Amino acid sequence: MQGIQIDLISSEKLASLTSMEKVHLILDHVRKGSIIILERGLSPDEQSTLIEMTMREILPDGFNGIEIETYPSKDQSPGFLQKLLGRTAIESRLTVIGPANQLRMIKKEKDIISAWVSTR
Amino acid sequence: MNILVQTKRRLSKFLMAFFKKKKARIGIYGPPNAGKTTLANRIAKDWTGEDVGLVSEIPHETRRAVRKTDISISGSNGSNITIDIVDTPGVTTKIDYKDFLEYGMDKETAVIRAREATEGVAEAMHWLREDINGVMYMLDATEDPFMQVNIMMIGIIESRKLPVIIVANKIDLPDASPQRIRSAFPQHPVVPISCLEGKNIEELYEKMVEHFG
Repeated sequence: MQGIQIDLISSEKLASLTSMEKVHLILDHVRKGSIIILERGLSPDEQSTLIEMTMREILPDGFNGIEIETYPSKDQSPGFLQKLLGRTAIESRLTVIGPANQLRMIKKEKDIISAWVSTR
Repeated sequence: MNILVQTKRRLSKFLMAFFKKKKARIGIYGPPNAGKTTLANRIAKDWTGEDVGLVSEIPHETRRAVRKTDISISGSNGSNITIDIVDTPGVTTKIDYKDFLEYGMDKETAVIRAREATEGVAEAMHWLREDINGVMYMLDATEDPFMQVNIMMIGIIESRKLPVIIVANKIDLPDASPQRIRSAFPQHPVVPISCLEGKNIEELYEKMVEHFG
């Protein structure tokens, strides 16, 4: 039977990983053809690293990159200490990542992401 | 180049030398084929008389970050900046050599171009993390600005607290909608321009002096 593996990764699991471990975890799964759903999204720095690492993994007639979608992040009102330190918290949200040749995003709205997945 | 531009250039160089102001390194970022190199060329041509790189309709023509140094730009109020412009490869999360075959390339050339493009994107991300002080984020105003790569890139730029101007290019085309870009990124200044025709380019220079100065 042909099918697609979907891996849902909890926020607790993500919180236990370093940034590099998260990026490797994602790419290891996606390169094998799995669709990854992260309960919590990546930080901007992690997204930057993910783009860079993805580029380094691309091969002709093999892995050709990722498709990624996430809900728009919500800016949380900063608390007193965050204001004092000049930081604003950005809540990262559910994120879908898959191989670019198998996952196509059809529609993204404020609270709905529609995706189409094909077998290899 | 007209006399006014030449005079502005000389004046700003003199002022920069006099005040020894620190130079900012401004990266031109955006998805492939948004017009980044066309903008870099126009800025360099207007203020130094030289080009930066080649322009092509084939995506990923720019595959290495190219820096043009010591560009002095003057605003109408007499203030000025001297910057380095860094023209970067178009940022994306996927590159398939087969897409280049549609432009008549043979497989070997397309594979080499794809490999160079992947290296270029990785390099562009590295520049953003390490060596850029401000960003002009270039978008094709006829395209959907809500593409995830744009959302991610703006988020990355914001997290690094870099000043950013969003440039809505290709307003000479009938489908262009700079308003759609404004509504996508209301937190940042958006300057609609046509790099090809030079439309509104003076407004962009004013905004650069104000924002990166």
